[in-house]
Order: sequence, then C-alpha cells, then structure tokens
Amino acid sequence: MWKWLHPYAKTERAYVLCNTLLPWFVVTAVLSLSIGTLWGLVFAPADYQQGDSFRIIYIHVPSALLSMSTYVAMAVAAAVGMIWQWRTAYMAMIAIAPVGAVMTFIALVTGAAWGKPMWGTWWVWDARLTSELILLFLYLGVMALYSAFDDKRQGGKAAGVMAIVGVVNIPIIHYSVEWWNTLHQGATITKFDKPSIAPEMLWPLLINLLGFAAFVGAVSLVRMRNEIIRREIHRPWVVLIAKQASK
Amino acid sequence: MRSGVYAAMFKREYTLAFRQKAELVQPLVFFVLVVSLFPLGVGPSPEILQRIGPGVIWVAAILSSLLGMERLFRDDFQNGWLEQLALTDASLAGLMAIKVFTHWLVSFVPLVIVSPLLALFLNLTEPMYWALLATLAIGTPLISLVGAIAVGLTMGLNRGGVLLALLLIPLFIPLLIFATSAIESAAMQLSYMPQLAILGALLLLAFAFTPFAISYAVRVSLN
Repeated sequence: MWKWLHPYAKTERAYVLCNTLLPWFVVTAVLSLSIGTLWGLVFAPADYQQGDSFRIIYIHVPSALLSMSTYVAMAVAAAVGMIWQWRTAYMAMIAIAPVGAVMTFIALVTGAAWGKPMWGTWWVWDARLTSELILLFLYLGVMALYSAFDDKRQGGKAAGVMAIVGVVNIPIIHYSVEWWNTLHQGATITKFDKPSIAPEMLWPLLINLLGFAAFVGAVSLVRMRNEIIRREIHRPWVVLIAKQASK
Repeated sequence: MRSGVYAAMFKREYTLAFRQKAELVQPLVFFVLVVSLFPLGVGPSPEILQRIGPGVIWVAAILSSLLGMERLFRDDFQNGWLEQLALTDASLAGLMAIKVFTHWLVSFVPLVIVSPLLALFLNLTEPMYWALLATLAIGTPLISLVGAIAVGLTMGLNRGGVLLALLLIPLFIPLLIFATSAIESAAMQLSYMPQLAILGALLLLAFAFTPFAISYAVRVSLN
C-alpha cells in the first residue's frame, strides 16, 4: 500500500524530490504572501472594535496555526523514521524543527504585540499562551538533543522520541481556549460553516495561511536539501553535483 | 519464571539503591534546602508563605528529581548491565518499568514522607496538606516515568545534565499547573477532585505507554 513511498528513503531520490517540489512552494509562498499581506494590511476593512490593530491577525493566526502543524509534521517524520527505519525521515525531522521553532516565536511575539493594546499587557499566564511557550521549548529540546550527539543517526532517533512524546502538547494548545476560561479568544476560522469573521477579512487570512504553509514548506525543503548534502558529502552523486556546480 | 526475573530485578535495584546512601539522601536534602530558602528570600510572613507554598514545594520537587534522575541509568549504562538486560529474553519494557518503579520508591517516597515538615515551614493549612500529599502521590510516579525516557536518551552523552533539564522541564509544566491548582482549590475549601482526576489520567496514560518509550530510548542509546 505504501510501496510508492519507499524509493524516497534513498537520499538521492529525496534530494531530487526536494528540487522538484521547491519551485512550486516558492512561487505559492511569494504570490500568496504578497497578495494576502497587502490585502490584509491595506485593503481589508478596519475592525469596528479593535480598529486597525486587528490587522496583526494576518501574521499572528497563520504563524500560530503553522507552529502546531509544523510540529505534527516533524513528529510524523520522526514516526516514519522509527517505523520504516529511514535515515531520510530523520533528516526531514531535523530540517523542519528550526522552522517550526521560528513560527512559534513569531506567533508568541505577534501575540504579545497584539495583547498590549487589546488586553493592556504583553503577557498573561493563561492556558493558550503557556502551552504555546511550552511548544517553543519542545522544539528547542528536540534541536538541542539532536545536536548533542556526535553520531547523527543516533541523534536523529533520540530527538525523534522526544518529538513524538511532545505531541501530547498539541491537543492541549488547540483546546486550551475551550477547556479553560482564558483571556485568549476562541477559534475564529475553524468554524467553516459560520466563521466568526467577515468574509472580506477572512479571505486575506486564508490566502496568508496558504502563503505561510508554502513558506514553511519551502524553507524546510531547502534545509532538507542541505542536510542531505551535508550528511552524504562522500557519496559519488553528491560529489558529482558539487563538481557540476563549481564549473 | 518470568515473574521470578522481575522479582530479582526489583531486589537488585532496591539493594543497589540502599548501598549508595549518599546518592539517595542528597536530592532529598537539596529539596528541603531549596524550600527553606524561600522563607528567607521572600520574608517570613505566614500569608505570603501560604500563598506561594504549594508552588515552591512542587518546583523544588521537580528540580530535586532532575538531580537524582541521572542515577537511574548512568551506572548500569557504564558497566554494561543495560546491554545484558537488552539481550535477555525478558521484555525490556517490563524490566524498565520495574527499574522506574524502584527508583520512584527509593527517591520519591522519602520526599513524600518529609513533606509534612515542609508544610509546617510554609504554613500550609491541613486541607492544603492533604491535597499536597495526594498530588505528590499521583504526580511523582509521572515524573519518574516521563523522566526515564529523557534519561534513557541522554545517558550516553557526557554533558547530559543540563540537556536533561531542558528536555524535561517543559514536559513537567502541565503537571505543575494541575498539582498547584489542586492545592489552591484545597486552600479555598473547594473540591480538588477534577485536578486529581486529570493527574490520574495522565499517570494511567504514562503507565500504558512510557515503558515502551523507555525501552526504545535505552536501545537507541545502546545503539
């Protein structure tokens, strides 16, 4: 059933796949991010309550959503590596980790900047904010554990265990606004049948969401490519690429 | 015959722990010392101490557990005992569960026993004390089980200590939140069963899954 997937366990095939996918991700990211951000920041109507300061939603919500889905992607890569014993999957995991950490950081910083005018404070210890902060620490833990090993194969396996253990935090973040009575507001765009946001505000948000996702994908692909080259530096096909590039 | 293996494992772990008394006592002394720093640091006012007491005790318990945690696998890894265990036909997950249970028994049960003293130091009321005892009883096995995964992963590294803290403290934050909120509910004479139920659910989940994660982590470190 999963047979079509297995050739990509070879680093060479994975490298070629990265190269094929990369332009699509870059084009999607550039197009949607410029359209979505311009539409959101300039043309979308101002909020009747929050005025113009609501516009940070176009950065905050996509980065927060992506911080969680990137973590899941990282954990899935770790699980794939663990189940099928793929080295490439661990490379993907460690390529994704810093990207997700940056997304989490952006979500926290923009959230703080939004909280200052709206709640009157940069930071409150409510469930959503705390669990998002834990997510940042989980990313850092995975990266630190990986870099502590000299043997990167072993490091990948070890970091993979931590990545999978940390998945318990994801539902906690997602449901934190429902389980606890928090200062952070509930979900805005997950209710597809009747979103609690006007359509002219929603469209740029969705476009930016796509843009952020494509951006995360693009950066992860570039990092994955680099990781493959760095780890397989002695393989003939890598030497061949290097020779062609230096011509 | 299998149960004989587990019983022998328990006996060995227990005996070894009590022959290294210093390593057993040090985290405990650290725990008491950290807690007794707070009345000196924030002033001896009983109201403030009662307010911060539950959090202080729990933070100190987590920190002292990190100190003692490395002992769990370090010696057995260095003298090759763990490799022999991995080669036996008994389930490694089962053996690891025994090992973690013994570790909990010798390092956390004393901590629960000295907690009345600390409750006295920090001016906790009697309902708060019972809540503290209940959360420690449910929460500390969770610390041992989850901590053992990270110890298993880092035992082969020379500079594992700080890394261990970086890996584990984020995982213990939810535990800290629910435990202290249970004690706060008790301070206000409210029922703290909801928080205890969540802690209990986390513990059952950990019981079910962590032995396998620990044995996998050990195998990764043994390579």
